[in-house]
Amino acid sequence: MKRHLNSTLLYVLLTIAAALILYPVIYTFFMAVMSPEEASAYPPSFLPHSFHMENFTEVFEIVPIAAFIGNTFLISGLTMIGQLITASLAAYAFAKMDFKGKNFIFSMFVATMMIPWEVTIIPNYLTVRSWNWLDTYQGLTVPFLATAFGTFLLRQFFLQLPKELFEAARMDGCGHIRYFVFHVLPLSRPALGTLAVYSFLNMYNSYLWPLLITNSENMRTVQIGISMLEFQESTSWNLVFAGTALVILPSLLLLIFGLKQLVRGMAAGALKG
Amino acid sequence: MGELNKSMGLGTRSQQQISSKARIRTGSLKIQRLRENALAYTFLAPSLILFAVFMFYPMIKSVYLSLHSTDPAGNVAAYVGLDNFTTLFSSGLFLQGIKVTLLFALLTVPVGILLALVLAALTHSKLRGMRIFQFAFSLPMVLSVGSSAVIWKFLFHPTLGMFNYVLSLLHINPVPWLTSPDWALFSVAMMTIWMNLGFNYIILSSGLQGIPDDMYESAKMDGAGPLVTFWRISLPLLSPTIFFVTVVSIIGAFQSFAQINILTKGGPVNSTNVFVYSIYQEAFVNFRFGTGSAQAIVLFAVILLLTMIQFKWVERKVHYQ
Repeated sequence: MKRHLNSTLLYVLLTIAAALILYPVIYTFFMAVMSPEEASAYPPSFLPHSFHMENFTEVFEIVPIAAFIGNTFLISGLTMIGQLITASLAAYAFAKMDFKGKNFIFSMFVATMMIPWEVTIIPNYLTVRSWNWLDTYQGLTVPFLATAFGTFLLRQFFLQLPKELFEAARMDGCGHIRYFVFHVLPLSRPALGTLAVYSFLNMYNSYLWPLLITNSENMRTVQIGISMLEFQESTSWNLVFAGTALVILPSLLLLIFGLKQLVRGMAAGALKG
Repeated sequence: MGELNKSMGLGTRSQQQISSKARIRTGSLKIQRLRENALAYTFLAPSLILFAVFMFYPMIKSVYLSLHSTDPAGNVAAYVGLDNFTTLFSSGLFLQGIKVTLLFALLTVPVGILLALVLAALTHSKLRGMRIFQFAFSLPMVLSVGSSAVIWKFLFHPTLGMFNYVLSLLHINPVPWLTSPDWALFSVAMMTIWMNLGFNYIILSSGLQGIPDDMYESAKMDGAGPLVTFWRISLPLLSPTIFFVTVVSIIGAFQSFAQINILTKGGPVNSTNVFVYSIYQEAFVNFRFGTGSAQAIVLFAVILLLTMIQFKWVERKVHYQ
């Protein structure tokens, strides 16, 4: 009886906590379908009483949100692929190869993890500007193509692969490149998946760098676009929220499909790394 | 006999063969080692080049810029020595910025971790439906600072916002969330705690899952209640994870920018003017890259110091299995 009461209490507590935490997100989707009058009415309504799907089409007319989303997906995808390539190559060298200066280079990689990105932002801005890379896709992506965190994550995973496998492959005359491409990479899909989700989300959500180096409206990313939407005095809140709903939708989908992967990888990075 | 002769006769030859083979082998070993070195550096090259251009060079350039004054285009105008730093430390605005950042960390880090810890502990049971709660509590993690800040800006709205409306239902006077210097930092902190909850929750609950079940079994056998079990077993074994989350959260607090830029723009009266925001202001609004870099160097020093303190002192007290 007491046990039953306890678990009921637990469910009540958790439901309240979940409702409070989810509220801003649920509210976004409610606001996104409200009529303009309802969205700016007082008292504000908890639940939408109207259903205005045309908010979504309208928001496409006011701001080039399709371009924002396209840009963001493009740069997030490019960064993701780039990071997967550079990090897996470097991680393989650290995990499976012997070479001069390994320890020194490895500690240099450690050092980069200690440098906050914000500290290097002024020189990086000047560099990118001097190359005329402002307002370009390469300006948005190239500085982020290498990742120390990702290298560590993958190195950890590569180290766990059984030694016997490597020896057997070597006996069969398999060189490093073949071993890397045909054995290590396919076996490391879980770790590569984690890094993929992680780097995609990171880029999708980045704010300061795109804010600095993009000027023209059609180069903006969603995060900047959405905050610009809010500064336009003429737009009403329901449209701002329709835009926001569109922007957070991909991340929510990623969470639904990638939660397990993400959790496993982040935990590995946090606990073993 | 003939065989022996043969083998003896071959002896000298085979010895020669062996030595030449050995020579070839050491030679090929050398070549192989060279090849492995070359291949390893080829594998490392993309990362190394990118780090050199976008990490190491900018670090050095930051130090260089911090010792110079620049024109608004970013060209170096003159060597000024430590002038940028003395200007910074004698300006009340910068010291205010440090104070605000510390306060921000103090407001966000302990509450954020404590909340996540409680939720992680509560969902760490094999009851039905826990996955739904796990999903709900991890959700803020995937939302970007940019869009979260826009959502919260409306929740904070003085008249239309939900917060003040709920307060009015409770007959409490409306709160000037973002418009009063007394409240603004607190409001931004509230939003930040919400935003960080997902990450903290995920890390802490996977830390809890890493604790072996037999620990709990034996505690149960000894008649320990859930609170005692949590206090005596989960918490000590979780300390490395808590340590990690603390380090990450503090560093995160020192790097916050987007929510400040969207919610308050450093105001009102600089009450939310945190470190990175003032670097941004100095370099990209006022175009003073020298003093901006000096601030960046100070930020780097602070984060480095924090990390080292944590690793030196806190880690010693942390319980590793």
